[in-house]
Amino acid sequence: MTIVAPSLEIAVLVLGVLVLLFETFADHIDKRTFAYTAMLGLATVFLATFFLPSTATAVADTGFWSFYIDDALAIFFKRFSLVTTILVLAMMVDYAPVVRDSIHGASPQAGLGEFFALPVFTCAGLMWMASAIDFVMIFVSLELVTMSFYVLVAFMRRNAASLEAGVKYLILSALSTGFLVYGITWIFGVTGETNLARVSAALANPAIETGPALFGMLLILVALGFKIAAVPFQIWVPDVYQGAPTPVTAFLSVGSKAAGFVVLLRVLQPFLVMPRMERLLVLVALGTLIYGNLAALPQTNLKRLLAYSSIAHAGYLLIGVVCLAGEAVVYYLVAYLLMTVLSFAVLVVVAKQTGDNIEDFNGLAKRSPFLAFAMLIAMASLAGLPFTAGFLGKFYIFNAAIAHHQTTLIVVGVITVACGFYYYFKVVRAMYWEAPTGDIAVPITGLSRMLMTAMIAAIVFFGIYPQPIVNALRP
Amino acid sequence: MILLFVVLFPIAAALAILLGAPARRTALWSAGITLGATLLLCLSFEGSARGGYEMVTSCAVSTDWDINFILGIDGLSLIMLLLTALVLFAAVWFTGEIAQHRNAFYACLLFIGAGAIGAFASLDLFFFYAFHELALIPTFLLIGIWGTGDRQLAAWKITIYLATGSFVLLLGLIMLYRAIPETARSFDFRVLQQSAILIPAKVQGNIFLVLLLGFGILVSLFPFHTWAPQAYASAPAPAAMLHAGVLKKFGLYGLLRLALPLLPAGAQQYNTLLIYLLLGNIIYVGLVTIAQKRLDWMLGYSSVMHMGYIFLGIASGTLVGTSGAAVLIFAHGISIALLFAIAGEVRQRAGTLVLEELGGLGKLMPQAGFAFGLAAFASIGLPGFANFAGEVMVLFGTFRNSANPEHFTIYQWATVLGLWGVVISAVYMLRAYRAVFMGSMGESVTTANDLRRGLRIPIGLLVAITLWVGFFPQTFVRLVTPTFKTYFAAKQ
Repeated sequence: MTIVAPSLEIAVLVLGVLVLLFETFADHIDKRTFAYTAMLGLATVFLATFFLPSTATAVADTGFWSFYIDDALAIFFKRFSLVTTILVLAMMVDYAPVVRDSIHGASPQAGLGEFFALPVFTCAGLMWMASAIDFVMIFVSLELVTMSFYVLVAFMRRNAASLEAGVKYLILSALSTGFLVYGITWIFGVTGETNLARVSAALANPAIETGPALFGMLLILVALGFKIAAVPFQIWVPDVYQGAPTPVTAFLSVGSKAAGFVVLLRVLQPFLVMPRMERLLVLVALGTLIYGNLAALPQTNLKRLLAYSSIAHAGYLLIGVVCLAGEAVVYYLVAYLLMTVLSFAVLVVVAKQTGDNIEDFNGLAKRSPFLAFAMLIAMASLAGLPFTAGFLGKFYIFNAAIAHHQTTLIVVGVITVACGFYYYFKVVRAMYWEAPTGDIAVPITGLSRMLMTAMIAAIVFFGIYPQPIVNALRP
Repeated sequence: MILLFVVLFPIAAALAILLGAPARRTALWSAGITLGATLLLCLSFEGSARGGYEMVTSCAVSTDWDINFILGIDGLSLIMLLLTALVLFAAVWFTGEIAQHRNAFYACLLFIGAGAIGAFASLDLFFFYAFHELALIPTFLLIGIWGTGDRQLAAWKITIYLATGSFVLLLGLIMLYRAIPETARSFDFRVLQQSAILIPAKVQGNIFLVLLLGFGILVSLFPFHTWAPQAYASAPAPAAMLHAGVLKKFGLYGLLRLALPLLPAGAQQYNTLLIYLLLGNIIYVGLVTIAQKRLDWMLGYSSVMHMGYIFLGIASGTLVGTSGAAVLIFAHGISIALLFAIAGEVRQRAGTLVLEELGGLGKLMPQAGFAFGLAAFASIGLPGFANFAGEVMVLFGTFRNSANPEHFTIYQWATVLGLWGVVISAVYMLRAYRAVFMGSMGESVTTANDLRRGLRIPIGLLVAITLWVGFFPQTFVRLVTPTFKTYFAAKQ
């Protein structure tokens, strides 16, 4: 039996609709059942990705296969989105009581069903985006992702911080969408094409005017810069990340960012040959690295710290983009997925008992050694200590930078890595060296414990043996 | 086979301890077995006059990037292995009562030893680096969890410094790898040695500078030394012994193993800079050491200062000087380990290491006083101890480089200033000895037991080996010269 790639997205969409539908009629059963169902369904789709035909379908001139591609990169990112969504759903189950307390609906479980169904739709959007090779398709899938995030970010609407986050995200995201569409029109105006391959073919024609095309590309870069939280489009990040429900923050910082980078990699290919473009990207990367790392230094709230750290990591990823090192970027994204989701997962569990400030983690090692250890691994990996996936990620990125002689980026990168050690180890210090505030162990469910163990194992495994990821990218 | 055993056995033992094996007994036995196996390694080492690696074992890890797990030793690595095994054994033996997480403490010690052994025995760039990192992380933990005094600040500082240092080092290694034309690239030291001639001189200079910076931070080269005294002052004694004695030498080993033979032109370009910096170690840090008021800080600074002599050997550019550096690495590792061990015992018994509050301990702890005295003499570089042999070779070798009776070059000036460093170290070592063990008894210390009898064994072992090397340095020099000869043969 063979499966065609688009049926995966359709399956995920159907799953989302089914969850939503059944949820409406099921008042009396535990709503968490739907989260487990969705996770199971997504896991099935994940398994199905391994039964796809091994060779990519040829790109056609017209029709469906002119805007959809199922190459290794696309398949890899479909898996990436599925894993992210499953982990986020697991986190949401842990987070459900907080949502329930904030909604005060008619029934004790009001709103939970949507909370579990929306990420499935986001996942479908992320999967489409991984395959998009046409500007129209990119736009549509990007919107599918963003729409569901609007709702998710503002989900706890009675909570002022969440509402503020939702409004900020809505306004700025809508603005960036406007930039995206405007940019696409400029490029279409110059080349008469929306398909990426044909756009680059048209641009190769010396008769064409590159100025307007470059302007269009600049506008698209603004929109994508918003998605990946690159300086100077990062202002929304700390507030939105802090205000949104924590699992949504994790989703936003991993899923949305990864999608942004995949699109960036695909879109930039035809443009990066122009030296002006490279110089611009170097500047953006430098700004992102410096801003993200320096602003993270004084943070005392862990969620906010992770927000700034996500800006910082966008900077490292941009180094890879500048060097057009696809493999390095992809590996870094995987490492980033594992370590970020792991730290957010611990944060969700611990914050339920105390809070999300760094000092709430004081003495966690004595109260809950397992959670403290999981956070230790996550922080070590984010900082880039060897034998973790985060280290190898930085290794590949800097390897590519050295190969491309990007001296400025390397020097600034090393300095910011040192900054990173400082602020990530602040958390470790709190957990291991400060006196605990109480002596009650933080309760943790079996599922979360299992998933955290799996993530710890994956961080260490990929930190030592990265071959599986590299292999997955090769057709 | 023995080599593979020496590398993997401490790791296995550490894991066993983490899983619940009786901590002290397992650690001591496994350190002893490792030492025994290393001695066996010394006996079976043939040591051909032409250098080259022996007992090479390899196994492929990632074919895509040509990463292989290759082990092999030559005379230089053999000395380093011996040093590691000796200090590891002594450090485990010297570990006293541990208040909390006993098993983790011993496991950390073994991990440091295993990491150092692995780094010194690896012939593959990737594992050379990775093993060193494996050893660094337990060092941070040892200081942060079991340290004394301002351990948090110390652990934080050492983490940031050394993590940054190793990151710079990593960049240097990548640059080195990238500078070789694609067809000749490899992580294998043996292949690198062949293909490094293809790197143009200017590029060599840049790579050497980055490597010097990276290795320099790890070895506390002036002005990147400020982490060291603080970390050693806060670290539990066994951790200070292992880090100051063994792990820090990784940077020096790296310079001797990679930077000198692969980047001779680069080394020549930056030799002057290196000499200025190492004089900072010898003179400036030496004077700072004299001003210290606590024994642990003084020992920490003294170890930073003595790195200057080893760097001088590396910068000397002569066979004698470079061999002297290798001997001095070994000698300093043994003597500083002994000093930190005794200082740790004094801290436990007297409750303080402030020099003014101590005094007259020689009456209460004659054995400790005797051992400390021997180690202090060794550290100053009195004839008969290994340090003397090393320092004489280093200074002699440096003086001979471009020697010209008409006028002094920088090498001769460095030798002259370096000789004054010996005087400086005599001043602070003897003053410390007087303050701790001689004179009238301090007020706070009235009862302190002497060392437990069992400790005579590790002390005796360390003292015996220093004296052996001091009286018969040629046994060691003979081991390393074949390797270094190839460096200087290629240059001419």
